[in-house]
Amino acid sequence: MNLEIGGLHKDYGKTPALHDVNLSIRSGELIALLGPSGSGKTTLLRIIAGLDFPKSGHVLFGGEDASHKRVQDRNVGFVFQHYALFKHMSVFDNIAFGLRARPRRARPSEAEIAVRVNALLELVQLPDLAKRYPAQLSGGQRQRIAFARAMAVEPRLLLLDEPFGALDAKVRRELRHWLRDLHTRTGHTTVFVTHDQDEALEVADRVVVMNKGKIEQIGAPDEVYDDPVSPFVYEFIGESSRFDVEVFSGKPYFEERPVGLPFNSLQDGPQAIYFRPQDTIVEEPTPGLINGVVRGLRRSGAARRLELAIGANERIVEAEAPDDRHFGVGQRAGLRLKRGGAFALAG
Amino acid sequence: MTVEQPPTAQKFRSPTTEAPVVRLLLIGVAVFCMGLFFVLPMAVVFVEAFARGVWPYLANFVDPEVVASIQLTLLVAAITVPLNALFGISAAWAIAKFSFPGKTLLVTLIDLPFSVSPVVAGLIYVLLYGVNGVFGPWLVAHGIGIIFAVPGIVLATIFVTFPFVARELIPLMQEQGVGDEEAALSLGASGLSTFLHTTLPNIRWALLYGVLLCNARAMGEFGAVSVVSGHLRGLTTTMPLQIEMSYNEYNFVGAFATATLLGALALVTLAIKTLLETRYGDEIAGARRV
Repeated sequence: MNLEIGGLHKDYGKTPALHDVNLSIRSGELIALLGPSGSGKTTLLRIIAGLDFPKSGHVLFGGEDASHKRVQDRNVGFVFQHYALFKHMSVFDNIAFGLRARPRRARPSEAEIAVRVNALLELVQLPDLAKRYPAQLSGGQRQRIAFARAMAVEPRLLLLDEPFGALDAKVRRELRHWLRDLHTRTGHTTVFVTHDQDEALEVADRVVVMNKGKIEQIGAPDEVYDDPVSPFVYEFIGESSRFDVEVFSGKPYFEERPVGLPFNSLQDGPQAIYFRPQDTIVEEPTPGLINGVVRGLRRSGAARRLELAIGANERIVEAEAPDDRHFGVGQRAGLRLKRGGAFALAG
Repeated sequence: MTVEQPPTAQKFRSPTTEAPVVRLLLIGVAVFCMGLFFVLPMAVVFVEAFARGVWPYLANFVDPEVVASIQLTLLVAAITVPLNALFGISAAWAIAKFSFPGKTLLVTLIDLPFSVSPVVAGLIYVLLYGVNGVFGPWLVAHGIGIIFAVPGIVLATIFVTFPFVARELIPLMQEQGVGDEEAALSLGASGLSTFLHTTLPNIRWALLYGVLLCNARAMGEFGAVSVVSGHLRGLTTTMPLQIEMSYNEYNFVGAFATATLLGALALVTLAIKTLLETRYGDEIAGARRV
């Protein structure tokens, strides 16, 4: 089912929670809402679910206006960070809850319910746990049961609020693959909220980066990672460094020396240059490069990184250490950018 | 196999444990006070009740006045406890799950009966509904008797037992939040079904616990009821009032015999309460009252 969100505004008292949020999601997509806490991502998810309501704007489910529908009537499956399983019910009864809650004429028979529940338990790979109670399950198992419960009502949309947020790192990684796999098999249109960029980039078809109630960027994981459209996205996702230049007649100057940067055209005035460590080449110091002193060497996963102190105020930037040449701490080096982002500084 | 302890091991003890002498002294004081103030008086009640044997004891319970007082007490509890349970659930629901103007005031007001003397509570009702009270003339004109009648006793008891259920539920429901309810609603359950299948099961033991305490207090209340009852024999005397009247008439066996019933009620309440606490302690846990 396509989901269309337009012009959403929401505030809690005086603090704006969402500001003019527009988003369209195609049927079958797996979308991540990624942002720091307070960015409005959970509010957006709850508005889609009907657990919260916007001040203005609309939510269209498959072209039909759902803005004023109650959560009960939206037919969405919601998975909560802390599972929200019904403690006093067995796993079976938890999953069957949504089917049994239907009005009598739409309610399947107990036999049909049993078939459904068992199929869902198979789907979440926990076929033997039907008689257990939530307290007897591990966190990862609870969350998978919560998925099964949400999917039991044949939702038009699956909404996940930090689904792996309460789990430890190892289980999180396992469940990421599990979720990706589950999505491939069931094809539910899915929106999930996370503050974990690895999770978003690894699992989602498209990532919606949010900050302070606004959408900063929407794009495939590669787009969001390789071509951030704002300083926030550079800083929030992946590693990045920054230095500032002054542009005169289209030519950038770093502390009054002209430098070469990988941009076709630059607006005159002060600009902040953002770049990723892997988009750099470190060379001998030469006029025209960003020159500095090596302050440290460190390992970051597969890569080795150089910390360079550049300019008069010795700003530290990170660059990829070259394979063919060794730079020791204290040595001078020049930095060449392969790509990056330039953002005009206000004032 | 016994493991050899190094000889120095006994010299160390946990930093929070006191010396044996101090421990003995503290435990001794506690046990002595408990015995002096609770166990001994309780024992006296039973000893006095049976002072002249079993028959006078049993005879007390065929006295029509005593029977009437037991019936009245049961009636008052039967009206008061469900009403307070209903009120307690609504108040706790409102306070824990919504935010609205005046919420803090409501929380404070719920505690009011704990801080007001029961006698004052009784007097308030006399001033409101008594013959010379604010609504007195209107009530008299319409032939409605509240003070010196059963409705007054029920009102006073409701006032005194007001906070019991609510205070039990508020911290629990606040801690539980609305996650389970949201889950049920998102699965398509109606409001009523959500309440019956998620909210109520989540609070059932705390609710039972609150009801139990509320019941014990409703049956045992003396001060507020005494003011509004008028002590009409066989009509407006509850068990505590009956006990006082028997005692004042030097009918000691009668007074203590009736008291054993209330005492037994207290013991049963305590037993159930202890059982609930050991079995469902986590669910009941919440702020213990003043």
